[in-house]
Amino acid sequence: MFSTLSKILIDGISMGTIFLFGCVGEILTEKAGNLNLGIPGIMCIGALGGSYGVMLYTNGVTDMSTISGFWLVLTAIFFSMLFSAAAGLIYAFLTVSLKANQNVTGLALTTFGVGFMKFFAKRIDMSHFVEASKYFKNLFPFSSKLGWFGEIFLSHGVLVYLAIAVAILSSLLLNRTRTGLYLRAVGENPATADAVGINISKYKYGFIVLGSAIAGLGGLYYVMDKTAGTTLAEAPIDSFGWLAVALVIATMWKPTVAIFGSILFGALSMLAIDLKALSFSDLKIFEMFPYIITVLVLILTSIFGKKDIQPPASLGQSYFREDR
Amino acid sequence: MTTEKTKNEPLFHVSKRDHMSHKNVLLVRLAGILVALVICGIMSVILIHENPFKIYATLVKGAFIDVWTLMKDTAVLLMFGLAVIPAFKMKFWNMGANGQVLVGCLVAIACMKFLTGVLPDAVIIILMIVTSILAGIIWAVIPAIFKAFFGTNETLFTLMMNYIAIGIVAYFSFAWDKSGSGNIGIVNLLTHKAWFPDIGNKYVLIIIVALLVDAFMFVYMRYTKHGFETALVGDSVNTAKYVGINVKKVIIRTLVLSGAICGIMGAIFAGSLEHTVNTQICGSKGFTAILVAWLANFDPLIMIATAFFVVFLNTGAANVSTVFQLKSTDYANIVIGIIFFCVIGSEFFIQYRIKPSQRMKDIMTKKNGASIKELFFTSKSRSAVKPLIVILAIGLELLIIAVIATIVIKTVV
Repeated sequence: MFSTLSKILIDGISMGTIFLFGCVGEILTEKAGNLNLGIPGIMCIGALGGSYGVMLYTNGVTDMSTISGFWLVLTAIFFSMLFSAAAGLIYAFLTVSLKANQNVTGLALTTFGVGFMKFFAKRIDMSHFVEASKYFKNLFPFSSKLGWFGEIFLSHGVLVYLAIAVAILSSLLLNRTRTGLYLRAVGENPATADAVGINISKYKYGFIVLGSAIAGLGGLYYVMDKTAGTTLAEAPIDSFGWLAVALVIATMWKPTVAIFGSILFGALSMLAIDLKALSFSDLKIFEMFPYIITVLVLILTSIFGKKDIQPPASLGQSYFREDR
Repeated sequence: MTTEKTKNEPLFHVSKRDHMSHKNVLLVRLAGILVALVICGIMSVILIHENPFKIYATLVKGAFIDVWTLMKDTAVLLMFGLAVIPAFKMKFWNMGANGQVLVGCLVAIACMKFLTGVLPDAVIIILMIVTSILAGIIWAVIPAIFKAFFGTNETLFTLMMNYIAIGIVAYFSFAWDKSGSGNIGIVNLLTHKAWFPDIGNKYVLIIIVALLVDAFMFVYMRYTKHGFETALVGDSVNTAKYVGINVKKVIIRTLVLSGAICGIMGAIFAGSLEHTVNTQICGSKGFTAILVAWLANFDPLIMIATAFFVVFLNTGAANVSTVFQLKSTDYANIVIGIIFFCVIGSEFFIQYRIKPSQRMKDIMTKKNGASIKELFFTSKSRSAVKPLIVILAIGLELLIIAVIATIVIKTVV
């Protein structure tokens, strides 16, 4: 019983990290008042970018045990964030500077991103990926000696802890700093924020790009850690991306809640495999739960609307000063 | 007159346009597409090392290899688009066309699977259509009711409904299939019982239906009171309330229409095109349809052209990847993505008017002590469009794209 529970929790954390990156990125974007439906595409581009970084670093290496794991991981993270930030910049330029419709731009970006990843994935040399993935997994080698505690909390890869750190930092940024306050003002009521002298475009650009860069790491995590460097072209990262968008709503735009939400979503999507007694059809029911939870949260928050659990008020609308 | 006023003046004035003639709108969009084709051309040359005109010729030729499939795909995409148009006119972002079609298709297949032999074929076919439409309506109306009464965010709600529909279809795929492979397979494969009758070939039906629905939607949106009310709610909810329109009723009514069209599409998938249901049937057509509808400015007639354009590109680009052995059909998605980025960007020039200000004119003609330097150091100007930021953003974007492009080229070539 206990071993099943811990297995569910471990799988929840390892699966949930994909959603957590996407979710925190999307929260930052949405707090700036932009609904970025391009997140699934951006996560794909991030996966490709990270894989590209790994390929660059391991290119021509004959003995994988000689390379520095630290720099390998850092290169992968850098390229992943660079690629996804570039994708985010396309979105930001279209929706902020050119005031384009956010839903349409986001969907176009998702189409583009998924195609971009699948197209170029076939050209990435993945021969060293399985060995390279060892540097992403199991940050604390001593965790196996610490019994159940080590297994559940310390057996994960570096990106899992990075995701949790990013979520906590984002929460602090949003709620405890002046920048966060200004950002929320931009998302809630850009006209008022503009009137007190906050540079709307700067905030929107900054946080769309930052959010995209964070979301892209979810793709990198899936390729290099979750699947241990075996899957890229066939990775269903876009469907994880939509779950990440769902998670934003389910966690009511709170990055710290997102940590637990992502574990829950991750556990639900792996539950049927962990509980081997279930049949395939039951498995499909469990896979539906995250979306149903999201819908329920969406409905309940709109009915019993407390101020602090609503979507940012200007979400989805372009800001044009003369429209006031 | 280099007064304080002109010193702080922005370089460009951006203002909303009242109206742009149809000819100019078309020209701006075409310019957008042209820019996109140039970008795609450059990209294709890098990837394929071929004369870009030859690549485009392959694309055009490839699109017309199978004209019936081309027309069928256009009709299917058109149906998805028609389903989302009335809701979009109302600024209700119905992202859930996929889910609405899927549930429709699922119940139609259920009718086919379990009633064959029990009832006469004609009755089954009628039942399939009716239940499918009902299912589509239910799936569309749930978010609409919550939107109407509680203001629940419909974009996210309808998006989630897609995945719930996919889950339900996946569940029944396994529940109905005894072999455990999760594949319902083609229902009544040998007997063709309860399949919709073929008119010529199996693609004619969807084409006719799509054209009929298109004509209906054109009349509905333009010449009926309902259509007018829908558009008015989209323009301004407050105006609509003021003139005595029951906004809640309009929202729900419009989504019933959306759901019904999706239901018809689902019934046709079940009865005429696929004879089966699986989670992949809709692909991402519901999302592509949103782009197509937006591109057509939510006009049903123009949408025939835009749907054709996107399907044409998709089919053609797929052919390019086969002919030039690109190992992947996803070349099409990249091309479509780039074209949409450019067209979406060009929309700005349709909506807004950009005029150089007096200061910009001064700078350009070097009058009144203005100098070119001011173009780049305008930290003091309180402008709507900060030139430096825009220039930096475009520059940075180009730079990053260039870096990525060179990296990609180096690894690929």
